[in-house]
Amino acid sequence: MRLLTHNMLSSNIKGVTNGFPLRIEAEKVVEKTVEMNPDFLKKMFDKIQWKAFVDGSRAMGFTELPEEVDSSVLESDEFLSRFHHALLELHLEEGALVCPETGRRFPVNKGIPNMLLHEDEV
Amino acid sequence: MLLNVDQSNPELESISSLQITTKVNNNKMASKKIRTAQIRLMSSHQEVYEPCDDSFALVDALLADCSNLLKHCPALCMEIGCGSGYVITSLALMLGQEGLGVNYIATDINPHAVSVTRETLNAHGVDAELIITDIASGLEKRLAGLVDVIVVNPPYVPTPEDEVGADGITASWAGGENGRCVIDRILPVADHLLSEKGWLYMVTLTANNPSEICLQMREKGYASRIVIQRSTEEESLHIIKFWRDSDIEVFKNEKVMTEKSVPARLMDYVLTQFPLFSFWRSSDSDNKLIQRNPVHTDLDAKDLLRIQFHPVSHSLQSVRYENFDLWGTLGIMSFCYKCS
Ligand SMILES: C[S@@+](CC[C@H](N)C(=O)[O-])C[C@H]1O[C@@H](n2cnc3c(N)ncnc32)[C@H](O)[C@@H]1O
Repeated sequence: MRLLTHNMLSSNIKGVTNGFPLRIEAEKVVEKTVEMNPDFLKKMFDKIQWKAFVDGSRAMGFTELPEEVDSSVLESDEFLSRFHHALLELHLEEGALVCPETGRRFPVNKGIPNMLLHEDEV
Repeated sequence: MLLNVDQSNPELESISSLQITTKVNNNKMASKKIRTAQIRLMSSHQEVYEPCDDSFALVDALLADCSNLLKHCPALCMEIGCGSGYVITSLALMLGQEGLGVNYIATDINPHAVSVTRETLNAHGVDAELIITDIASGLEKRLAGLVDVIVVNPPYVPTPEDEVGADGITASWAGGENGRCVIDRILPVADHLLSEKGWLYMVTLTANNPSEICLQMREKGYASRIVIQRSTEEESLHIIKFWRDSDIEVFKNEKVMTEKSVPARLMDYVLTQFPLFSFWRSSDSDNKLIQRNPVHTDLDAKDLLRIQFHPVSHSLQSVRYENFDLWGTLGIMSFCYKCS
């Protein structure tokens, strides 16, 4: 699971109002190199919730993202390559996503988060 | 003027080897051979739906619409109910990956299916983000309005309700009453996730009452057309494409006249104005059409005739005619005429 996906996921348990962001518990992180597309990054920049993204990348062991950003950072090639790396090249392979409100853990195995709920959670 | 009459394309079988010239990346024209997933590279599992006629029909529909999809430049594509991964893998092969700015997400309620999809993607050298979830549960909040293409081959077989969403492979076909149980839950989610320019491709069976699905989506502002219609021994499949149509939005806010309230004199006037109507009237080649659809005498309840007048001068501005009753023979027939 990429941080792009993490940024789009919320806890789906019934009654939870602040289900975003899920806290990442990383047991195994893998890196896979992919080609960079600046247009895609610029498009996604507006959609990403930055704090959740920075916290997520820290939890995955990548600490080179700035805490605060505005759209001027998109001019910097160095920023773009870090953003690209954190958004698309880091994968949470094993670990869990933890609901910020209830502490319920959604397991991530072989890179796949399992968001299925138990009967009493729907 | 817009006239959609789609029928299954006899040439489709040869489409997988089609050469399409597209603008790739830095505007260089490149001739590209389009590939889809290969059966010999597919992974499988006894509890996972194997690619079948419906899967092939959906991929053929995507192929048939491939040049439009490439021009559409989707950033995020999604499959709901990915099963073996045949469809999402084919889509990724067709449209390209991160370097071209395209990303994929696929979900399934069956954990085995998601694992098989992972292996199928790997075997083809493409990638997608996978999530085990019910439809798009967990994604609705943050992914709203961001998905440019959604593809779905849902469980559509009419079954007892209690089989819907059951464990394992049963969930791949069990669709409850009229096979609509899961479809009817997917449609509002798709509407919510699709971007302004977003497209939805969905497999339906005749028993699902596809024309009603289209009418329902129409209420939400979507136009639709059948990209492929295919009959097998057991079933008749339609692959329908939905997109937001600004005309429909406009019409929603206008005074709408439907069928029987159209005065005969007005209809006569309309008929003299539009060549297409006369084509319809005089088209002897398709008697069925004329019989079922005598445009100027008695439009039936499934015909929608929307006539728009200028608010001040009361002159005729546009006429839109749609018929949802010709399924199985012609697909949706619709046209819109805007008077300049
Ligand atoms: C007809 S199969 C299609 C599989 C594959 N996309 C194909 O075309 O070959 C339907 C798939 O939808 C999945 N499914 C059924 N109900 C679902 C739900 N509520 N949420 C997500 N996936 C679901 C099934 O597990 C199955 O893999």
